[in-house]
Amino acid sequence: MRYFLRKLAMFALTLWAAVTLNFIIPRLMPGSPVQAALSRLAGTGQTVTEAMKRAVEIQLGLPHTSLWAQYGDYLIGIMHLRFGMTYSITDVSVTRAILAAAPWTIVLVGTSTVIAFVIGTLLGVYAGWRRQTKVDSAVTIGSTFFSAFPPFFLGLLLLYFLGFKYHMFPLTGGYTPGAVPHLTLSFLGDAVYHSILPAVTLVVTSLAGWVLGMRNNMINTLGEDYVLFAEANGLRDRTIALLYVARNALLPNVTGFGLALGAVIGGSVLVESIFGYPGIGSLLLLAVNNRDYPLMQAIFLLITVSMLVTIFVVDLLYGLLDPRVRGT
Amino acid sequence: MAIVPPTMSPQGASMTDSGAVRPSARSLHFVARALGALWSNRKSRVGLAILAFFILVAIFAPWLAPHSPTATNFRPYQNPNSVNWLGTTGNGQDVLSQMIYGTRVSLLVGLGAGLLATFLALLIGLIAGFRPGVVDDVLSFTTNLALVLPGLPLMIVIAAYLRSNSTWMILLVIGFTGWATGARVMRSQTATLRTRDFVTAATFSGERLFRIVFREILPNMVSLAAASFFGAATAAVIAAASLEFLGMGNPNSVSWGSILYWAENDNALLTGQWVLVLVPGMAIVMLALSFILINFGIDALSNPRLRER
Repeated sequence: MRYFLRKLAMFALTLWAAVTLNFIIPRLMPGSPVQAALSRLAGTGQTVTEAMKRAVEIQLGLPHTSLWAQYGDYLIGIMHLRFGMTYSITDVSVTRAILAAAPWTIVLVGTSTVIAFVIGTLLGVYAGWRRQTKVDSAVTIGSTFFSAFPPFFLGLLLLYFLGFKYHMFPLTGGYTPGAVPHLTLSFLGDAVYHSILPAVTLVVTSLAGWVLGMRNNMINTLGEDYVLFAEANGLRDRTIALLYVARNALLPNVTGFGLALGAVIGGSVLVESIFGYPGIGSLLLLAVNNRDYPLMQAIFLLITVSMLVTIFVVDLLYGLLDPRVRGT
Repeated sequence: MAIVPPTMSPQGASMTDSGAVRPSARSLHFVARALGALWSNRKSRVGLAILAFFILVAIFAPWLAPHSPTATNFRPYQNPNSVNWLGTTGNGQDVLSQMIYGTRVSLLVGLGAGLLATFLALLIGLIAGFRPGVVDDVLSFTTNLALVLPGLPLMIVIAAYLRSNSTWMILLVIGFTGWATGARVMRSQTATLRTRDFVTAATFSGERLFRIVFREILPNMVSLAAASFFGAATAAVIAAASLEFLGMGNPNSVSWGSILYWAENDNALLTGQWVLVLVPGMAIVMLALSFILINFGIDALSNPRLRER
């Protein structure tokens, strides 16, 4: 019980620190983000209502009130999920814009993360078990090579060759333009078809982490005494590798998997933008290019908080799975 | 003279053995030994060769480049030809010359940001590991916070607020956001070293804290620091390319990321000028790859089980 309480306290503290940091960053920056945001808001041609102005000021800093009062307003706004209006998209609140984009990112990046974890871990198990063979070299060198690719660059290459040159995949978007997102089989099929290239990009560039992590753990575990003992007992090679070694070597990778899931929402900014995918990453870049600070702040907060929540949950699960952790 | 404990690692021992040699000669000897050890590993040998190639290109850029990288006196949007081997940009600049000069910027950002991140990681890790209690708690909390802050989105947000668009800003932003992983490893290493006998012996023999940290602890952290450096440099090269590609660097500077930025702006892929994307992109891949490969060698040095037999 003490373990869980301590984790909870730690989580609350980190959450508070992250939220506060999100408050401080725009106020530390040179120039006046508020002025820039307001003039930008006026430049969009909408009539700037007093409420919109106030929302911007609460998030980015008010020139006249004290910092503490601003901080209080900011915290209250967050608790009510009030983030003001975005001016990148007309007549849409920041909250609605984010809610519309989040499912796309969660499905695309979430699925890619799971696929990369499963494929990478299996490859790592095999490479570690059969180390110093041709397969081991091919797996290790191949995944390492692709991990050196900036994801957006691999995305561009795939887009050019498979999309533009050979017309095998669509060039942009999360679905065929004109289609209305709803839950029918044909729309889902269309969405999956559009997500293949970005998903391949994300999987291929992140494979190496899982492969190398698992391979190293396998090799370390294979050197343990109990493996030698199992060999001396005449157990079959494959039984040892899968039941004795892989199971024990898996734990660090599982921790990593938790972290990777936490990074899902913020993990694909450039890839989404390359493929014109309607997710959080594209929204963030839209906000950045339009100097849409309210939207930018809210997205950054969402990315951070989702990371923290996931880590918290993973920590709790870990405590349940491995009693040793609770003791420390 | 420090008491040389039997548990010290080979690097540490070699540094204290040769106490009579001048410091500069000693560190030179150490660098040579480290390079030799890395050279004996096949993967890191390839990495060192690639890195050496890029460093040579960066140093001799003025002699290697066939044209000025900023001169705009060629016909724009040229495909590769006998005058402009890699074609020209939309502004009529020679791409090959830009690639050669751009090596300097990419190396500077990669190595510079890696160095900055490693320095911060060492500083914070050493202090946190050596001062258990409140100092350690605060620094560990900061480290964990920095660790969970999303890297690239954070860089994008900071760069968006700063709006100064320079190479140096990119270097600083990457350096100041990339230290946390290293700091965590260094902290736990320092914490275990602090309770070792040879450090206790040094403390009892009356050595000052400064000397203990730099002469007893630090030599045992060299391989960790090196791994942390090349890891941070890899991330820096990729992050810098991403930020520059988004136009958050200085698009008018001559760098690989800028070539990519302008290529994307001019829709180079759709107009058939794929060279403008492929060549700078592959250069970034090769530079990042060289750092990763060198790190394989460092891993093998510090973990004998990973050595190739």
